[in-house]
Formats: sequence, structure tokens, C-alpha cells
Amino acid sequence: MEDSPATNFQDLKSTQTQNYLHDTIQVPDDLQANVMVTTLDKVYNWSRTSSMWPLLFGLACCAIEMIATAASRFDLARFGMEVMRPSPRQSDLMIVSGTVTKKMVPAIVRIYNQMAEPRYVLALGACATGGGPFKEGYNVVSGIDTYIPVDVYVPGCPPTPEALIYGLLKLHKKVERQSIAKVSWYKKNTSEFIPIPVLGPDVFDPRQVEMIREYTLGAGAVRGPAAAEVRVLPQLLTADQKAHLEQVRARYLAKVKQPA
Amino acid sequence: MTELVAEAPVVEQTADAAYPYNNVVPGAVIGRWAEGSDPALVVAPDKLIALLTHLRDQESYDFLSSVTCVDYSAYAGKARAGIKERFDTVYHLYSTQKGGGHINLHVRVPEGDSVPSATSVYPGANLQECEVYDLYGIKFEGHPNLRRVLLWEGFNGYPMRKDWKEAYFEEENKPFKNRHPAEGYFWHEDKLPWGSNSTYPEGWDPESWQTPISYVPVSQAPEGLGYDSEKSNVGAVGELDTQSIVVNLGPHHPSTHGVFRMLARIEGETVLALEPEMGYLHRNHEKIGERNTWLMNMPFTDRLDYINSMSNNLGYALAIEKLANIEVPERANYIRIIMAELTRVVNHMWSIGFILNDLGALQTPALYAIEEREMILDLFEAVSGSRLMCNYMRFGGVVRDLPAGWLEKAKYMVDTRLPNVLDELDRLITGNEIMMARGRGVGYLSAKDLIALSVSGPMIRAAGVPYDIRKAQPYCIYDRFDFDIPTLPESDIFARYYIRLLEARESVKILKQALRDIPGGEFLSTRDKYTFRPTEGEAYVRVEAPKGELGFYVVSDNKANPYRYHVRAPSFINLNALGPMSVGYKIADAVVVLGAIDIVLGEVDR
Ligand code: SF4
Repeated sequence: MEDSPATNFQDLKSTQTQNYLHDTIQVPDDLQANVMVTTLDKVYNWSRTSSMWPLLFGLACCAIEMIATAASRFDLARFGMEVMRPSPRQSDLMIVSGTVTKKMVPAIVRIYNQMAEPRYVLALGACATGGGPFKEGYNVVSGIDTYIPVDVYVPGCPPTPEALIYGLLKLHKKVERQSIAKVSWYKKNTSEFIPIPVLGPDVFDPRQVEMIREYTLGAGAVRGPAAAEVRVLPQLLTADQKAHLEQVRARYLAKVKQPA
Repeated sequence: MTELVAEAPVVEQTADAAYPYNNVVPGAVIGRWAEGSDPALVVAPDKLIALLTHLRDQESYDFLSSVTCVDYSAYAGKARAGIKERFDTVYHLYSTQKGGGHINLHVRVPEGDSVPSATSVYPGANLQECEVYDLYGIKFEGHPNLRRVLLWEGFNGYPMRKDWKEAYFEEENKPFKNRHPAEGYFWHEDKLPWGSNSTYPEGWDPESWQTPISYVPVSQAPEGLGYDSEKSNVGAVGELDTQSIVVNLGPHHPSTHGVFRMLARIEGETVLALEPEMGYLHRNHEKIGERNTWLMNMPFTDRLDYINSMSNNLGYALAIEKLANIEVPERANYIRIIMAELTRVVNHMWSIGFILNDLGALQTPALYAIEEREMILDLFEAVSGSRLMCNYMRFGGVVRDLPAGWLEKAKYMVDTRLPNVLDELDRLITGNEIMMARGRGVGYLSAKDLIALSVSGPMIRAAGVPYDIRKAQPYCIYDRFDFDIPTLPESDIFARYYIRLLEARESVKILKQALRDIPGGEFLSTRDKYTFRPTEGEAYVRVEAPKGELGFYVVSDNKANPYRYHVRAPSFINLNALGPMSVGYKIADAVVVLGAIDIVLGEVDR
């Protein structure tokens, strides 16, 4: 074969854009250099994965590794992700990088609500995944997924930058599988605000109010008469109590399933 | 005051004459405590302020390092027998003029009682007393603004009290029984129907809950705190009839280095008052720490100031070594100093990068500044297996020896790379016009005010105070090395930037000597002891961490777990000065003032 620039370009094009080419529609040979046929989904997802802007949002120690990932050695710019936006309105991906505390969680949920769809969440580290080393702490939330949906979990304490990059590539994979015809954010009335947790005597999720009332006010129904302290101390629930609370939970689920 | 009281013939005083200071402040000291370990004086609550004033003015104990509290209600040691009071508030005073050790004061407080606030003598007690109030519920009489700083207004209970149990409470002490397979295991989440880490008081109705309004006083300039402010440019905007507004920055804000919040009252762009608000990363370090065994706390200290895990390890190891009288082999001492100084270089470069970030030079200078950090992290990873959370030191040494070839790599770093990089930073930043314009004369606070506010570390050295614990009260083997304490007189943003560069150079000097002199031999003296019980007593040990004075206060009641474990976090206490330093400057400068304090939220909130 001649080693001409044209063939080089052809090679280049076919190797680099392979993933985005359409496999059934044939382009005539003389148009090969100018025309590329692909699907809308692929273009849509290609552009989204190649410029996914994370929210500039550090919570704790894991944020230091996130900064290291963005810095020269690991260089997130290779993935089109170096543009960290401090404003949730401009960002596509929230990297929850660190321990989620009760005092902070209302702010996090609010920020999540402010992000425009499509939006993704990556839980970075043991803390954001499930509470991590501080799980038992009185001010620590056992993982951000108790409040907002998470797309990718990256374990580690802290995860190395390599691990974060691996998680981000997994997220890219996830994005590439989505189809513009099916994604929820172009449908009507599907995007819901997540109710902001409230700081009461302890943090509570407004969605769980009924369950909590059952526990604090319906004292006889849930706990034995022994629990007379001012503060409700946790204990493993008996079978009756569990059954009772199952009913409450079912009632609650039935209620939220109905259209507003 | 001295002459006045020396003559006063009080009858009960004769019994107290055996105690020090009773000749100058009669009836002040009423007993001794923790004689076997870190001797403390028990002070009568009503005489506390008089005694503190005397110590500050006559004995030059001008630096209130730590204020904390111990709840003795579950104390198992013998020494507490017969003492009715439940709480002790604990004060540690140092002298920045004389150097040397501390005076340890305890004030016994019955439940429900209050203590006079030390803020009138040491304004730096401000945040620490708020913390004690927040976590123990002890009221400080005369505190200008006692509020919950780490938790929120309305939180149920005072979590550090020994009888307060969290939702995931399992057992008093680790290791927990259910970690053994025969017991079976359960999920914490199954304990409560809503499957999360929260409990609510009986009879509480979530539907009618109204969040209490927490009053953060940014309505007036903080003049009532007792330090004299030498600035007077506040009134410059006074001629225009403007209205001041309160601006909220954070907790999610790119300038706050994490989840920190500031409330600023501004007029035009001039800050009239500024109040820090924290707790968004309060991870209950101390509560968890009192449940852990002594050794289990070591990895948790990594997560305090997560940029400098090695110096946190060092501080904690030294505290326990003092409490339990553990010897450290020679080689381990050298290794420790090498690690501590490497973290100092890392930290100072990081903070220089981020001061510039705050000045608006987004990202590029920070990328330059933290480039070398990666190389040093590689060294840490080689010895400890982890880049960030090294968990490397143990009581009596370090956990493993340096791997083969490590010293050569470190020498190459220290001899060749680091000096060059520091020179490069110097060239790039120091003469920079914008750096000068934004940094010179901004954020000024006098050395006297800074010390009164309990500020420590590079902050006071940038105000001309040559106070560094490595010299003032040498620990490890710092007295063997030849290094200087750089100081700069200006006490502004620029000086705070430049002092860090100078200190990093001194660290390189220490590193060169340590790498040259490091001997062979044993690196851990306690390899045979997995758990141990230090004898009853307490210890307060502080080290010169890169951010300032890092102290560990531990109380042992002869058990395998600490009875009290408290961290005197430099970032937290340095924030005392944030408001006073920002007042009178522009709101954009307040961001840099915060950056130049160099806080890490893991340590601020713990
Ligand atoms: S997972 Fe570990 S490193 Fe990450 S925030 Fe939690 S404690 Fe810090």
C-alpha cells in the first residue's frame, strides 16, 4: 500500500472513530473522507463523556486526592474533566469526596437539587459510600446514598487517584450506554426534587416523618414501657415491632407511589 | 494586685499555704491532681480569673494553649474517689517569652454549674469554650458569645458526656464482641426503622418542628473581646449613607478550602465584622477516640490534618509515650523527624499554592507548588503503603523500617530537588507585583493580639515572635539539629506567605542533617506489646505541626482505652483571629486572610 497522507488519514479515522461509526449504513467510497455516519446516541454520549464537568466540591480528606487527580501528575484534562465548576448549575458530575456529616447534608442535597440534568454522582471513598471509619459518629451520615442516588462508588480511604480515574471511566461507560430516546430527563415531570433533610434534635428526612412519629409518639406501639429515658436509645427491634414498622413503611411507600 | 492580697488574713488560707500561688491570689489553688503524671493544680472557680490574670501579667504565661473538659462520671481510676464534681475544665498555659513547659489547671464543676469564662483574660479561649459548651454543656459565665460551634442549635444533648449514646452505639469499648463470628453480626441500620444514624427524643413531633434560629453575632465589630485592635481604617466609608449587609460564604464555596462558612457584615466592600461558622466536617473524632484502644487512634489521627498525617502521628505517639513512659530508639527518632519535616515541606508548598489560588491566580501556581508533593508522597508510600493516610508511627517508634534505597531517594529529593523548587517558587512569587499589592499590609494583627487569641505556628512567626516548640520546648531530638526560626515583622498576608517558604528551607536544612546522621539499629521498642494500659494520669503533649501548635490531651484510668482524648487543633484555634484580622479590609481580602491562616477542615471540626 502507498504510504500517502490520504491513507494515513483513513487509517486514523477508522481507528479513532471506530466506536462511533454506524455499522450498517455504508458510505460510498468516494465520500469516505468527508462523511461519517453514526447514531445520534453516540454523538450525544461522546460529547457528554468528553466534557463532563465535575462540581468543584471538596468535603474531606478524599478531596485532597481529588485535587491530586486533577493536578499535573494524573491530569484529569486527559479526559476532558479538568474544568471543575464551583457552581452546581454548570456541572454534570458531583464527586462526593469525603465524610458526609449531618450538618452538611442539607447543603449537599440542596446542591444536588440545583444541578441541571443530566447529572451524575460519584461517591468517593469509604465515607461517602457508607460512613467509612467515622460511621459510628453521632454527626456522620452513613453514606450519601441515604439521600441522593449514586452512580459510581469508589472504595478506599482515600482512594488513590488511579482508583478515582477508574471510577470516572466506569461512569463514562455508563453514560455511553444511555440512549437519548429513553433517558428520563427529556420526559415530562420526571425530575423530582429531593426533600432537604432538616436539622432537628437529630437530622431527619422529611420523607420519613411518619415513621419517626410512630417511633417517638406512638411509644407503646414500638417500644416496651421500659424505654423511659428522655432520649430514645437504639436497640435491636423485636419481631412485632419490625412487623409494625413494616406496615408503616408499606403505607408510606404506597403513598409516595401515587402521582402527585 | 500582688501586694493587696499578700497580706489578706483569711482563715481557711492557712491550710492552702502549701499550694503555690496562694500567697498572691489567696484561696485560688485548692488542691493537686494527677501528681504521678502531669501535675495539675485544682483552682477554685471564683478565683480562676484572678489567678489567670496573675499568671499572665506577673509570670508571663501569656499563651492559653488549650481549654477542654473531662467528664469524670465513668472514671474508674482510684484518684477520683471522694470527689463529687462531675466535670473538670482543664487549662494549659505556656509562656511564649520564657519557653518551657506548661501550667496545668483544673477547675472542678458540678453538673449544671457554670465556670467563669477565661475570655476576659485570654480572648483565645473563645472558640474552645464554645466547643466545651457544645459538647459538654458547660456554661461559661461572661463569654461574649457562647454558642454551639460544631453541632447545630437544637441538637439533642451534649454528645461528649459519658452517658450520651449515639444511634449506632454498640458497646462502651472496642474491640466489639460481635466482631467475633460466634456472636453473629448485625447491621447498625437495622436497629432503627429509618435505617440511619439518628435518634429522636421521646414525645418529639417532627411535623411541628421548627429549627431554632441560631444567632451568629455579625452585627457589630467584635470589640468587646478584650484585645486592642490597632487598626482604624474601618470608618473610611462612613461618609456615605450606606447600609451594611451580611454576606454568607460557604459551606460550599471555592474559597473556603472545604466545608467552612463565614458570615461577614460588610459595608460597601469593607468588612465590619466576620464570624466563622464550622462543624460541617465534625466527625466525632474524640467520641470515637475514647471508645478505641490507644493504638486504634493512630490511624484516626491521620485524618485530622489530612495533609500532614505524619506530624499528627508524631504528636499522638509522643503523648502516649509520655503517659506510659515508653522509650524510643535512636533510629526511630531520626525517622520521625525526617517524616515530620517532609510533611512540613509538603504542607507549606500546598498552602503557598492555595494562598495564590485565593488571590485569584487560579490553579497554575498551585500546580507548580504541589508538583514536588507527589514525589514526597511517593516516599511516604514507600515506607507506609499509603500516600496520604500513613499511619506510620507507633508508640515507641515507627511501624516498619525504611525500605532499601529509600534514603538515597530521600537524599536526592532533599539535596537536589527541594532547594531548587523552593528557589523557583521564590523567584516566581516573591517579587510579583500583584502578590505585593494584594499581600502587603493586608490582614494585619499585632503580635500581642495574635498571642492573646492563642494563635500559633507560622502565623505568629510572621508577626515577629520567634516562638517555635521545636526550640522552645524541644521534643524528639530537635535539640541536636542546627536550624533557625525565621521571623518576619510585618504580620500581613505577604509575610505569612513568605514565612512558609523560609520555614520550608529550614526544614530542608534539618532534613539534610538528619539524613546524614541517621544511625542503624532498632526502629520500634514495643514490638512485643499489642495492647497496654498506661497508669492512671494524664498528659498534654504538643508538637510544632506545620499549621501551628498541635496538642494531644489524654487521660488514662488504667484501661486499654483512653478515658479522655482531646486534640488541640491549631487550625481550629487559629480561626479565633479570622474575624479580627479581616475587619477593616475588603471582603475579597477576607478570603485570602483565611487562606493565609492555612486551615484544614478535618482538623478544625475534628
Ligand atoms: S474515606 Fe477516608 S480519606 Fe476519604 S474522607 Fe473518609 S476518612 Fe477521609
